[in-house]
Amino acid sequence: MKLVVVTAGLTQPSSTRLLADRLTEAVTRRLADPEAPAGPVERAVVAPRVIELRELAVDVANAFVTGFPNSRLRAAIDAVTEADGIIAVTPIFSGSYSGLFKSFFDVLDNTALAGKPVLIAATGGTARHSLALEHAVRPLFAYLRAVVVPTAVYAAAEDWGGGRDAFTDGLGERIERAAEELTDLLLHRAPSARAEQEQVVVPFEEQLAALRPPA
Amino acid sequence: MVTKVQFGLFSVGDVTMDPTTGRTPTEHERIKAMVTIALKAEEVGLDVFATGEHHNPPFVPSSPTTLLGYIAARTERLVLSTATTLITTNDPVKIAEDFAMLQHLAGGRVDVMMGRGNTGPVYPWFGQDIRQGIPLAIENYALLHRLWREDVVDWEGRFRTPLQGFTSTPRPLEGVPPFVWHGSIRSPEIAEQAAYYGDGFFANNIFWPKEHYQRLIHLYRQRYAHYGHGTPEQAIVGLGGQVFMRKNSQDAVREFRPYFDVAPVYGHGPSLEEFMAETPLTVGSPQQVIDRTLQFREHFGDYQRQLFLMDHAGLPLKTVLEQLDILGEQVVPVLRAEFAKGRPAEVPDAPTHASLLAAKTAADATATTTATTTETTTETTTETVQA
Repeated sequence: MKLVVVTAGLTQPSSTRLLADRLTEAVTRRLADPEAPAGPVERAVVAPRVIELRELAVDVANAFVTGFPNSRLRAAIDAVTEADGIIAVTPIFSGSYSGLFKSFFDVLDNTALAGKPVLIAATGGTARHSLALEHAVRPLFAYLRAVVVPTAVYAAAEDWGGGRDAFTDGLGERIERAAEELTDLLLHRAPSARAEQEQVVVPFEEQLAALRPPA
Repeated sequence: MVTKVQFGLFSVGDVTMDPTTGRTPTEHERIKAMVTIALKAEEVGLDVFATGEHHNPPFVPSSPTTLLGYIAARTERLVLSTATTLITTNDPVKIAEDFAMLQHLAGGRVDVMMGRGNTGPVYPWFGQDIRQGIPLAIENYALLHRLWREDVVDWEGRFRTPLQGFTSTPRPLEGVPPFVWHGSIRSPEIAEQAAYYGDGFFANNIFWPKEHYQRLIHLYRQRYAHYGHGTPEQAIVGLGGQVFMRKNSQDAVREFRPYFDVAPVYGHGPSLEEFMAETPLTVGSPQQVIDRTLQFREHFGDYQRQLFLMDHAGLPLKTVLEQLDILGEQVVPVLRAEFAKGRPAEVPDAPTHASLLAAKTAADATATTTATTTETTTETTTETVQA
């Protein structure tokens, strides 16, 4: 199974990457659990591939300017396109996903994520920005026809030092819940269609026939 | 002397400021420059000049057959072509008429490359819907193909008013329609269309890494064989390319960089060095251009036509003409010799009016012989019955 992690943190180290790593650990731990109910899908995760968008920032900008992705960005696009599941983590800037995060998904083919299980998560300085996940990030993936797990994980600065309270789960519990949801989806879905090596082409007679005026 | 692989130029016809002087040519100057460049192409021994078609500033070539007709009158050998003719938004009837007319005036030195264009508003400007780009390309070309081959056409389709008893005039020169190339940057449907008709397929080979074009050309070659036109290796392939040369490669890089850095299509993006690594752009010595172009054959197989983009991004006319001297004197002769080495005999030369006419004459002769044979057989049979 191919798990790909897309993280848009800008500093190094970044709390966005920290959240991505915790989510990845929780998901791979569950997938490896021999007690977990067996599904129809091969559960062994090939080492999760982490795509740090910071390293691709210039390549993404160049793809906009030139109209094509260079080989480094192409490799990242191919990895996401061929993934069985995705963990996508962004910092929240100005009430939404970061520009770099959106730009990366803009250079993907608009069908690349169709039907793919995606866990969305975000970081921010204050918990006041947490609903950006529901109002900005989730609609982005809905547009791309991905299957987004119900729990979106937001980590505010204070979450790294606090636990649950009487009203909400702590960050640890939310990570586990989201990981469980993604694992369930991954284990009970058919593996994604691999990127087609041979291009499928509609035979010309069919293309022509589709244009004949109705008799 | 047009043999084997054809070499030539394709021009976008952009009016772009020279970033080193701040001067922008007028439309008039640019149009005259395109003519000068085409004449120079013949003078330095190139085979083909192809013009783009655009209907918005900063481009000048909105009327390709007018431009090519003028060039035809002032040249002797040069094949005149397009890169590309908008099969989506032009009326296929007018394309049939314009290019047949040009063919007569140019003595057959004409072919044409179909394309869909890349300026979205052109579709609504010409009353079409961009979402129908591929269907327009398919239906319009199907009509064009018939107009050049059938004297009287009844036709009904989705996108154009029906035709009853229509004859496109003038009829193609000597009954041989202009050879058609189909250009596409990313659509497998167009590779399939070219293969179906046994037409040529042209990959502009400028903006994307070679793997991208390899997929399209491989598909075209396979489907060309599927439709019974020959082996995959016999399919008719054309490639673009983009070069800037000086005797010393450092001089070429130094001179071209200011143009590259702000070029309308890819400027303000990757560095010249990155772009050269990722795409077929070659800036360097004539030998470097030769080496890089010879690689195209390894990547795409033996092919029939190589066009270079030379006059763009604000390069002054004087510089472009110097580039054409280098191309014609130092690069193309070597490429001709090298491409000829080890080229299998069954790989066809680039199609020309003469080769298409010869093929037609041969086919007509075979058809006549077959018809005669059939008649004779019938008579014999009758005799046998009578006997």
